[in-house]
Amino acid sequence: MTATAPVPAQHPSVTAPAAPARPRAPLPGVLRLGLVRAGVELRQFARERDAVVFVFAYPILLLAVFATVFGGDTQGADGVEVDFARYFLPGMIATGVMLTSFQTLAISIAVERDDGTLRRLRATPLPATSYFLGKVLLTLATSLVQTAALLAVAALAYDVPLPSDAGRWATFAWVFVLGTATGTVCGVAFSSLPRSGRSASAVVTPVVLLLQFVSGVFFAFYALPGWLQSVASVFPLKWLAQGMRSVFLPDDMATLEVGGSWQHGATAAVLVAWLVTGLVVGVRTFRWRRRDDG
Amino acid sequence: MTTTTPAPSPGAGPAPATPPPSPPPSPPASPPAAAVRVRGLRKTYGDKRAVDGLDLDIARGEIVAVLGPNGAGKTTTVEVLEGFRDRDGGEVSVLGADPARAGRAWRARIGVVAQDSRDQAELTVAESVRHTARYYPAPRDPDEVVAAVGLADKARARVRGLSGGQRRRLDVALGIVGRPELLFLDEPTTGFDPQARRVFWDLVRSLRADGTTVLLTTHDLDEAAHLADRVVVVRDGRVVAEGTPETLGGPEARVPVVSWTAGGVARSRRTTSPTALVAELAATAAGPDGEVADLRVTRPSLEDVYLGLLQEADA
Repeated sequence: MTATAPVPAQHPSVTAPAAPARPRAPLPGVLRLGLVRAGVELRQFARERDAVVFVFAYPILLLAVFATVFGGDTQGADGVEVDFARYFLPGMIATGVMLTSFQTLAISIAVERDDGTLRRLRATPLPATSYFLGKVLLTLATSLVQTAALLAVAALAYDVPLPSDAGRWATFAWVFVLGTATGTVCGVAFSSLPRSGRSASAVVTPVVLLLQFVSGVFFAFYALPGWLQSVASVFPLKWLAQGMRSVFLPDDMATLEVGGSWQHGATAAVLVAWLVTGLVVGVRTFRWRRRDDG
Repeated sequence: MTTTTPAPSPGAGPAPATPPPSPPPSPPASPPAAAVRVRGLRKTYGDKRAVDGLDLDIARGEIVAVLGPNGAGKTTTVEVLEGFRDRDGGEVSVLGADPARAGRAWRARIGVVAQDSRDQAELTVAESVRHTARYYPAPRDPDEVVAAVGLADKARARVRGLSGGQRRRLDVALGIVGRPELLFLDEPTTGFDPQARRVFWDLVRSLRADGTTVLLTTHDLDEAAHLADRVVVVRDGRVVAEGTPETLGGPEARVPVVSWTAGGVARSRRTTSPTALVAELAATAAGPDGEVADLRVTRPSLEDVYLGLLQEADA
């Protein structure tokens, strides 16, 4: 109640709800608490300097290493060739998205389960939805910053041409958002696998590394053996990388893709399938408590 | 021994307020009189019966200490009451609701101070308490809560850098900032120095003065004696004794012991009339200086009574 309320003093009941400590005051809204959580998540993330450096620098360093080692080389075949840095930029973006969404989230939730964060939150009126909203907003923010930094380094230091037409950026937007969302829900689902916070990164990191090797992040996907391509096609990272290649590589490079085209429909379908699977598994397996808590 | 009702002891501190066993308490009013009501609680892990027919009543505004050896079922019981764990049988009502089905509104009315938390390391004390306060519909003032637990001068310090005792006080601050009607304290003063412990006890008493109900689990019998209106001893998943700290175990468990040394041999005797025995000793066992060597009259502490109860249960 503020001074602008034209309610005269003969209605004291109107001011009563402003009195402190009414036992049945309304609960704070789910969305508002999601924003509160996002603030806390961002603050905690920003203060873990080693994690910040790793998350932001890893894809950039990879790009720098590849571009330096293979500097001057080109990638491609049959007359369609591009500069090495340009060819690997989409893979680095895809790997960065996977890093901030899937890997960081799966490890951080496993750690929070271990250190008592989740147990403490479970005892408060914070809705689970708000907790996850906070995670999603943190993931989006870090992915955006990381991708922007990567694009800036690629463009400024390695002269990678960035697309100038709106259509490609629209493709970038949906691939980025869908990839981040899929990585996020899969990260939540995967977080129940490690037995403790200490083992979390040992369980999660090899999965990510393996996927990176088979999904055309470190090597050109078309150069992999056929059976490995089939295996990789089951997982989302391959499609995320391919979607990003469709944004940053010239259109005639599409002939180098296994399907001979960018396959936007298949990309969306596989990512959505993983999104739904991750959501279902995540909702069913999410635990607030440590496994050894009985 | 099973569930003993404490003998009425006028003037022995705040009334124990156990509901009388035979006539049921008045029909449930809109805020039910009991903060906690448990009947026949059972929980098994594999073959092990962690909780096996436990009954518990806690009236509103009471501080009840649950004591028991490790593995007695204290933690499981408390976790069922907090809504963290499902039960296998029995009735449980906490603040008028079943914790297994209670939602956000119910959780806004409880506070939990658990053991062994290492979270929020990168936040400052003030940030941690402030953001937690925002989860609740009618929280206490976060800065006042930080001051109340004695962390005002650490308000801007990162949680990572707190000592064990300071960390526990922060846990308490986070447990009470939502203005809970019922507060669960799990071994709250572990790692406190004696002075901090006294300050903490005053804080808990002031919470009770505000009408907060407190369920305390502790291994510290001294703490139970100082804080609790009522003590409940749990063993093998059920209540083996309960009463006020002054009456637990009944009169026979509280017979004073007179000890002295005579002829170089330490002697002691349990007696309900220690004064008479001391007078007798003064006449018969005093040395040339008129003193009885090493004379002491000891009344069993709560700890002695508690250990006696557990031995009795073993027998």
